[in-house]
Order: sequence, then structure tokens, then C-alpha cells
Amino acid sequence: MNALQSLSLTALPPEDEALRTEVRAFLAERLRGVPAHVRARSWNGFDAGFSRALGAQGWLGITLPTEYGGGGRSPFARYVLVEEFLNAGAPVAGHWIADRQSAPLILKYGTEAQKRFYIPPICRGESFFCIGMSEPNSGSDLASVRTRAVRNEAGWLLNGQKIWTTNAHNCHYMIALVRTSGEPGDRHAGLSQVIVDLKLPGITVRPITDLSGDQHFNEVFFDNVQLAPDALIGAEGQGWAQVTAELAFERSGPERLYSSIVLFDEWLAWVRTPPGRTPDALRLAGKVAARLAPLRAMCIAVTEKLVQGQSPVVEAALVKDLGTGVEQAIPALIADDLASRANPEDVPAELLHTLAYVTQVAPSFSLRGGTRDILRGMIARGLGLR
Amino acid sequence: MDPMFTDAAAALLADCCPPATVRAIEAGTPATALWQALADAGFADALVPEARGGAGLPLADVFGVWALCGQHALPLPLAETMLARALLAEAGLDAPDGAIALATGRLAGGRLRAHAVPSARTAAAVLVSDGLACRLLATGDASTERAPFVLDATLSWPAAAWDAAPALPQVPELRTLQALVMSVQLAGALMATFERTLQYANERQQFGKPIGKFQAIQHQLSVMAEEAFASRMAAQLACDTPCATAPDRLRVAAAKARTGEAALTVAELAHSIHGAIGFTAEFDLQLLTRRLHAWRQAAGSESAWQDVLGAALVDGGHGLTVDLLRQMTDPAPAA
Repeated sequence: MNALQSLSLTALPPEDEALRTEVRAFLAERLRGVPAHVRARSWNGFDAGFSRALGAQGWLGITLPTEYGGGGRSPFARYVLVEEFLNAGAPVAGHWIADRQSAPLILKYGTEAQKRFYIPPICRGESFFCIGMSEPNSGSDLASVRTRAVRNEAGWLLNGQKIWTTNAHNCHYMIALVRTSGEPGDRHAGLSQVIVDLKLPGITVRPITDLSGDQHFNEVFFDNVQLAPDALIGAEGQGWAQVTAELAFERSGPERLYSSIVLFDEWLAWVRTPPGRTPDALRLAGKVAARLAPLRAMCIAVTEKLVQGQSPVVEAALVKDLGTGVEQAIPALIADDLASRANPEDVPAELLHTLAYVTQVAPSFSLRGGTRDILRGMIARGLGLR
Repeated sequence: MDPMFTDAAAALLADCCPPATVRAIEAGTPATALWQALADAGFADALVPEARGGAGLPLADVFGVWALCGQHALPLPLAETMLARALLAEAGLDAPDGAIALATGRLAGGRLRAHAVPSARTAAAVLVSDGLACRLLATGDASTERAPFVLDATLSWPAAAWDAAPALPQVPELRTLQALVMSVQLAGALMATFERTLQYANERQQFGKPIGKFQAIQHQLSVMAEEAFASRMAAQLACDTPCATAPDRLRVAAAKARTGEAALTVAELAHSIHGAIGFTAEFDLQLLTRRLHAWRQAAGSESAWQDVLGAALVDGGHGLTVDLLRQMTDPAPAA
């Protein structure tokens, strides 16, 4: 309870807010002419050149120490950057996971050699990471993973399978949660994280097409993959604690409010024209804005906890569950508005195209990073009910 | 937030506004003793400028006290009185003793009529605006009709009394101020409803264990927590203003719309989890949930304020939604 009570109004520091103008101008230039239905892919949109360009601007790894190529700034600076990327619909998938959680994880748990090897290319936008958590029989029940890394004279021998691995086909490395001792029944004990170079022999990456026709997630198979001794990240057997801390980073960002914002702004642009403007549309606009405004403030309050070095696990779960609710409400409300119009032929085709895409992918908003039910369970634990 | 000020109010309200007192005042017992306790503690002049003998606190420091008014189901317009006394002091007018309600009214048929004024039955006076003028009228001089909520009333005065009443030099947006008060009180009442329901779920045993051990109940409580915390943040944003008597209308709109939405969800889940006992007059839950519904409707329900916010977003040029959100959530510039 007390953890939640302390979520209070926080200001973005002026020096971090000052980044916004420059980032916005850069994005306007790079994204000129990109249609809304493409920008709506947001953090599922992959463009390696774009990621490198952000790296060249110094906008990747901005919270990481300068000695590893980072920006040496606070999580608030990253908040401003990410808020701009998402609202513009920038194709950030390439570096997204490395910047958000892999590099902070390596910084926190890695050896000096691992930090020097992995972090600088992440900051340059040249090294992309994916998350090896889910398996065919381990979704929400993550502790039941069966992929196993067995210690041998050359390091670790990896066997098993991961699934729903976003962007694995475009990534250089995976940080995988694997069993290094014991049996699946041992639950949290015996789990570790390893960094897997996806170019190693014995690895097969097979894309899975999603219901919208996109290929962003994958099956990844490990068949006697020989990892070096230094593939282990953090302490052996501490994988569960590390993954929990990593997920707090994954769940606390503004990406949990803005997944449908490109669609909403595209709809708003039409409502601002005479044929698009109706009293119902104004009310809908107000309904969405009234939900988003407090969520943005809550998101910044959670960022403040990261600034203070805390791991706001329960608060992040609360904000994510609320945020994905709004993200999913936006396409539903807009669809009802557009499909109840007296003048359906006036609705711009690009708006309908964007709506169709977001409607299809909306279920994923409350799946990725932990399902709604898992998050509510975490909140319940934070409330002392478990 | 000023923790000392809030702590003092918490102690005072716990002492002098227990559920029995709320029930007695709702049943018609005069609220004079309760009002006197609050007035003696100096809360009424919290927002009055120091130069005029008040505490001169910013609204953000008073947020906690207003939320406590909601949490304790305070049957008096304390928050409204704070605003009214600040407005009167700014205008150099004397404030009457006793609580002051806020109302919007209309002149018609030779009478000034104010519909369903919140807490009219426990107020000594009402600050009324008809959009053209804002005047202070005594409730004792009004004809009174019932309103849906027991402490509210529809009031009317002869036009001559309206014309003769002391007027503010400028007409404040009383409906916005009333919506601000309701949002913050809702935030407090929502949190109290959630906490009380959480406690009940930990105590009530069925099937051999506390009902809070069941996943379905846990998820309902998680939703209540989310709604309560989002509402608290929305209300805090509305109180982040350099001038208490002229808050940002869009922040108030978002706060009233968000807390109104939450009121429905939280009241529904609280009653669902409490079962039949929560439905009784004797059990205190009703003191909160009846207010959740009444305050949701007072000074405009969520649709009314969504319209305000939506019009601002649509008519506000060609900017991105995030720019309006920033304007509504970044700290208000100092006065």
C-alpha cells in the first residue's frame, strides 16, 4: 500500500525537457511522408538505419554511463525521448529492447568485460537484443522454463526452445532465461540468464506471422549450442530475481500509454475538419484525454522511482494495466465512432487502414510484458493479498 | 502537499466526524458543532491571502484536507467554504460565519433559482453565480426544495434579494470550482472505499479462508486500486495551480471526468465484494458509495467535462495530443 501511496506529482527536469524540441525536429524530418498505418507500428516498426541514426545523435543508452558510450543522463531524459519516438510513430523496434532493458541489465549485473563488450555498440544503435523468456509451455508461468544450459569444459551447452521472441530475426543477441540446475519443479531456484550470440551454430530462428500479416515474433531453437563461459550474465541461480528487476524496466515506460496514439492523432486530424466534427467525436476525444492525462503523470512518477534507484514493480504493473486498457479502448471507441457516421464515405481511407491495423494488434498490448491477469496478481501481492 | 496541515485535519476529522455524526447530520441534526470545531482549527481561511488574515496556502497544500473531507464523508461544504472565503477576501468583502456553499443559478419568473446545490442544508450562505454576477446569499432567506442527495437542496430567492446581495467585482467560474472540489473529494472517497473493501476482503471468511484469497476478488481489488490511484493523480493535477480560485479549466475537466468514471467502477466493485452487508444502512460503506454517486453527478458528470476537454483538444490547433497532455500534466507555472 505504502509503495502505491507514494506515487505523486513529479516534474520533468528542464534540462531533460529541453531535449524535446531537438528530437521532434529530427523525427519530423526523418518521418516525413510516412503514412499513419506504418507509423502506427511504433515499437514494432524495424529500421536498422533509423536506429543507427538515433545512436549517432546520442539518443540511445542515454541513461547509461558515458564510459560505456552512454549519455550519462537520468531516466527522465529517456522518458522525454521515448515519449517523442512513440508519439511520432518512429520505427524503434531495432534498438528498443537493448536500450530499454538489456543494456541496463548488463550494466547492473555484468562483469566489467561484459559491460565494455556489449554496451557501447548498443549505444551506437548497432547491436540489437531480444528477450528469451517465453517457451511453448512457459507463458505466464515463466518459472517453468525448460531450456537448459549445462556447464561443460567449454562453457555452457544450450538446448531448448523459446517462442514469441519479438524481433529475434533482426537481433544480434538474446538474453535468455534458462535452467542451469535442478528441474522445472524447482521453480525460481536454478534459473540463470545467459547472453546468446544468435549467429552461433545450432540456432534456428523461425518467424511467426501474426494475425495482421506482420512478422515480428519468432520461434528460436537451440540444438547443442556451445556458449562461452562468459555467456552467463549475473550470478548463476539468480535468474529469477534478475528477470523480475528487468520486467520492472519493461513495464514502467510510456510505451504503455501510447501504443494507439498515432491512430488517435490521425482520427483527431479528421475530427478537426468540418465533415469529421461531431458532438460525439468531441466527447470521445475528451474521454480519451481525461484517461491519458493522469496516466502520463503516473508514468512520470514511476520514472522518478527509477531515478531514485528503486525497482517500482507493483507501481509499474498498476500503470501498465491501466495504460494498456486505454490503448485498447482507443481503437474500439474510434471504430464505433467511424462506423456510426451518417457520412461513412467521407472517412479518409488512411484513417480506416490505420484503425484496421491497430484493432488487429490491440490484444497484444495487454499480453506483451505480462498479461493483464498476471499484473493484477502482482498488484494483489503488493496489496498484501498474497 | 503540506503534511502538517493534512495531519492536523486527519486527527480532527477522525475525532469530530465519525460515521455516527455523519448519520445524525444526514438525519437532520444541525451541523453547527461540527462546523465550529473545523472553524476553530482555522481550516476555513486556509486559502485566504496572508495579507487578509488567512494562511495563504497554495491549493496543492490543501489537496490532502479536501481528500480527507471525502474520505470522512464530511457533511459540510468545508472545501467550498475555503474557496468562497478566499474569493470574498480577494474582493475585500466580509465573510459570514458558518459554511458557504457554491452554486450556479438562473433568474426566471422573478426568482433566482439554484438547482441541487451541494451541501446547501448545512451551509449558512451560498455564493451564487448566474454567469453575469456573483453574489453572496443567506440560505436562511431561501425557499428550499428537496434535491436527490439528502444534504443538497434546490434554493431560490426573490429577485430583489438577489439584486441587493453583496456582489464580487468579477464573476468566478463557480461550476469549475465546484467540479474541482468534487474531484478531490471523490479522490478521497474512492481511496477510502478501496481501503475499506480491501480490509473487508481480508477479514471476511468464506469457504474456510478470507475472500481476499480468491483470485477473482484479488483482481477486482486490483482494479479498484488502479481506479483510486488514477483518480488521486487526476485530482492532484487539478490542484496544481498557482491560483486556487482560478484553477486550470482543462485540468479540472480531466479530474472530474476521470474521478466520475472511477466512482461508478469503484462503487460497483465495493458493493459486489461486500455482499449484502454493504447494502445495509447500519454498515458504513453506504456513507461513501452514496456520495460517490452524488458527487459524480454534482457540477457535471463525466460526459459534461469530456465535452469541455474534447472541444479544447479538437479546437486547439493542429498539435499532437501529447502536447495537450503535457500542458495538463507538467507542473503549473508559478504565479
